[in-house]
Amino acid sequence: MSVTTDATVRSEEKVKVTRSRRNVAWTGLGALVVVVVLALFPYIVYSGTTAIMVQGLIVLTLASMWNLLAGYAGLVSVGQQAFFGLGAYFVLIPATHGLSPFLSLPIATVGAGVAAFPLWWLVSRLRLGYFAIATWVLAEAVALFIEQIQSIGGGTGMPLPGFAGMDPTLLAAYTYWAALVVAVLAIATVYFLLRSRLGLVLTAIRDDETAARTSGVRVGLARLLVFVVAAAGCGAAGGVLAIDQLQVVPGTSGGVFSVQWTAIMAFATIIGGLGTIEGPILGTAVYMILEQTLQSYNAWYLIILGLVAIGIALFARRGLWGLVDDRFNIRLFPVGYYLWSPGERRGRQGRQGRQAKGAAGVAS
Amino acid sequence: MSTSANEAPAAQQGAPLLDVRDLIVHHGQLRALSGISLRVFPGEVYAIIGANGAGKSTLLRTIAGLHHPTEGSIVYDDKDVTGMRPEKRATAGIVMVPEGRRLFPSLTLEENLQVGATFARSGPWTIEKVYDLFPWMKERRHQKTSQMSGGEQQSVAIGRALVANPRMLLLDELSLGLAPVIMRRIYGMLPQILSSGVTVLLVEQDVSQALRVATHLQCLLEGHSTLEGRPADVTAAQVEAAYFGSAHPGGQPPGDPPHGGLLAPHAPSEGSEA
Amino acid sequence: MGWVNAIIQGILTGGLYALFACGLSLMFGVMKLVNLAHGDLAVVAAYIGIGVIAVIHIPFLWSVPIVVAIMAALGYVLQRSLFQSAINRGELTTLIVTFGLSIVIENGLLQFFTANSRGIGTGSSLISSSFSIGAGLQIAWLDVVIFALAVVVLLSLQYFLSSSKYGRLIRAVADDREAAQLAGADYRHVFGIAAALAFCTVALAGIAYGMTTVVSPTTGTDTILLFAFAAVVIGGLGSLWGTLVGGIVLGVAQQIGAQINISYELLAGYIVFLAVLVIRPQGLTTRRSQS
Repeated sequence: MSVTTDATVRSEEKVKVTRSRRNVAWTGLGALVVVVVLALFPYIVYSGTTAIMVQGLIVLTLASMWNLLAGYAGLVSVGQQAFFGLGAYFVLIPATHGLSPFLSLPIATVGAGVAAFPLWWLVSRLRLGYFAIATWVLAEAVALFIEQIQSIGGGTGMPLPGFAGMDPTLLAAYTYWAALVVAVLAIATVYFLLRSRLGLVLTAIRDDETAARTSGVRVGLARLLVFVVAAAGCGAAGGVLAIDQLQVVPGTSGGVFSVQWTAIMAFATIIGGLGTIEGPILGTAVYMILEQTLQSYNAWYLIILGLVAIGIALFARRGLWGLVDDRFNIRLFPVGYYLWSPGERRGRQGRQGRQAKGAAGVAS
Repeated sequence: MSTSANEAPAAQQGAPLLDVRDLIVHHGQLRALSGISLRVFPGEVYAIIGANGAGKSTLLRTIAGLHHPTEGSIVYDDKDVTGMRPEKRATAGIVMVPEGRRLFPSLTLEENLQVGATFARSGPWTIEKVYDLFPWMKERRHQKTSQMSGGEQQSVAIGRALVANPRMLLLDELSLGLAPVIMRRIYGMLPQILSSGVTVLLVEQDVSQALRVATHLQCLLEGHSTLEGRPADVTAAQVEAAYFGSAHPGGQPPGDPPHGGLLAPHAPSEGSEA
Repeated sequence: MGWVNAIIQGILTGGLYALFACGLSLMFGVMKLVNLAHGDLAVVAAYIGIGVIAVIHIPFLWSVPIVVAIMAALGYVLQRSLFQSAINRGELTTLIVTFGLSIVIENGLLQFFTANSRGIGTGSSLISSSFSIGAGLQIAWLDVVIFALAVVVLLSLQYFLSSSKYGRLIRAVADDREAAQLAGADYRHVFGIAAALAFCTVALAGIAYGMTTVVSPTTGTDTILLFAFAAVVIGGLGSLWGTLVGGIVLGVAQQIGAQINISYELLAGYIVFLAVLVIRPQGLTTRRSQS
């Protein structure tokens, strides 16, 4: 009742609604440049560096997916390692039959996505907290099930065939490019998904689920879609890991089905900024820095990561990117709207932009 | 009985028990109260009336401590309680019977009262005394309250507030969902409550009922105060104008008044227990 | 006879699982908090027990109340500080915070205690001794003791909640936080008491588990949280005794699975859990709106 709107006063003039403040073509161009530069890395730097970058790209993919789940759909999954591991195995299995692992990446992606359907059916009705634990339980169950299958390594895992005799530098380059493609596709998918109708639906659900339902929004379907996409993304990342490590080891402590992966993707997302596309990028960078300086064999980096994530979740909910965004009002990947009153040079940030500040639909 | 409750106490003490000044309260971006003030003196029955959405419950909840005002102050017994947590206010003597009863569904009748008595101040009210006031409660004290009728639940809610020995009792929409006969019965308890030294601030949508028991009243409309004074000093027309807002074309109010006309006398109601 | 033995074993193990589960159930029932660090806190209790015995050299039985007291205090403090802040910020934040806590605890334990498993020496013949009930049934005393402990804990909890002043307050606050505030109760303090209570059971769960087998830093999530949750699912939410039922069903299922094939033990448990999830997830489901 107290909201005064200029729009009602000057209702004859049209209000412009755009996606971003500046011409989004510039951002797109910038992104393209970055990707091209990254693609050239194998020619520029040593394979040791690209190996590290592969790690980072895997985490980036995972974080983007976790962000999609938790930040935009409000689903906290602590069992994404199930799809991650499945993706690795979906690369391994064809490889044991002679198919090049690189060509199996799409199989891993689709396979993980398909696997998401029955798992969703099992857990979709659970309320948030129990949904989380249930995904964890399911991941353990999946891991246990896979470990029973001796032909793909059973409990101890198995090396990845298909690269015998390949030049190591070439292999490193191909691995890097595969990781890069997967990461870019992941981010692009999330970006375009959120700009699409689905993004609108997710925002509606986040704002007020009951209202969305009664407006005819298929809440369950929207969430299922997000769950499947996230599973596929994690599967692709798992496939890349298999290629990178040249082996697939299950096992819930240290193997592909370890909950540490979820911890990493969750913490990276939260620290970088939950509910923003830029967040996972920033968070992955932070993660890589920590991991490199503390060495991944030490449990310390996870402890610190965890503590920082807790701190950020409590005190800076939109993460590091949120702090940047609040200060400078930048959106590299705009999924909100800007309102331009007639004659205004800088658009006022639309409600969706402001609403996103309450990341992931959490009302205190 | 009811008329004696209508008269202001003979000697109005100097200091009000509750002094609310220029309260501004927001619900998110919505401004629910714009600069509301009131003073309640010991022994009074102060009624807040107004249509739906006028801000009456918000006012009471803010006084009870469940909302924080954006601006303004609440002074109780000469102490500024504006920032005080609700449970501290309760132990200080401001006890509210919330809108919709809000009994504890998994607790029995007696357990509800026991919870109310847990942090009680010293005073005349005990669980036994509540049973004296509402004799039907004694046999049913081990029943779950969710099985009880609206009127019975309302009595339990009042009892739960009384055993805390309040000095300032806040009653939020007692009549909600109750048949008029039941409502009258409940309000009929007021004198006994008052005689134990309790001051009452109530919110009521049923204007005639409010006028029947109040010593002082204030009418709210969309967060603003539109009328204030003693029932004896205001006319029906003034109340209607304040309730609906005098600038309403066609006179259709933001919220429909219950029981037909605003101040129409009640027909003896049929209607079972609410 | 192996089958009868298995079933009895399963029933007794159910007591242990109920002990795992009741703290989780309590915290959810009262403050709507799903504590993902639940299992890890039980492991912490076990490690505290080991540490206390190692440092103070007291008989095992004396260490139990010490550990319980430490954990209860820890529970109150954690609830008033960390958990309350998280609760204030919503369910998503709460999950993130408890998940973070779980990872931090696990890796912290890994860092300081290495990945080796340890057991709690009871210093008596309790662990190894068993008795027979004719026809070749072997039942370990320890399992019976733990089952009895679980029953005692559940009874005590039930009694406390139904008859004591704070038990009433806990139920009231769980029902309607605001109405309880209006009655003079500081809900943050009541939450703290409930958490302390839950942590007592967690302490006992950790110690009991450490007595039956060995614990390692990852046992918290690998085993305890998973089984606790499974017991809650199977037994139905909101009922303390339901966790006993759930625990028993889980335990029996596992033992039957083990009878069929030793490596099917865990799998059998998961299958039952999944089946219940599909067939009747009462109380675990809502229409997804945050309440």
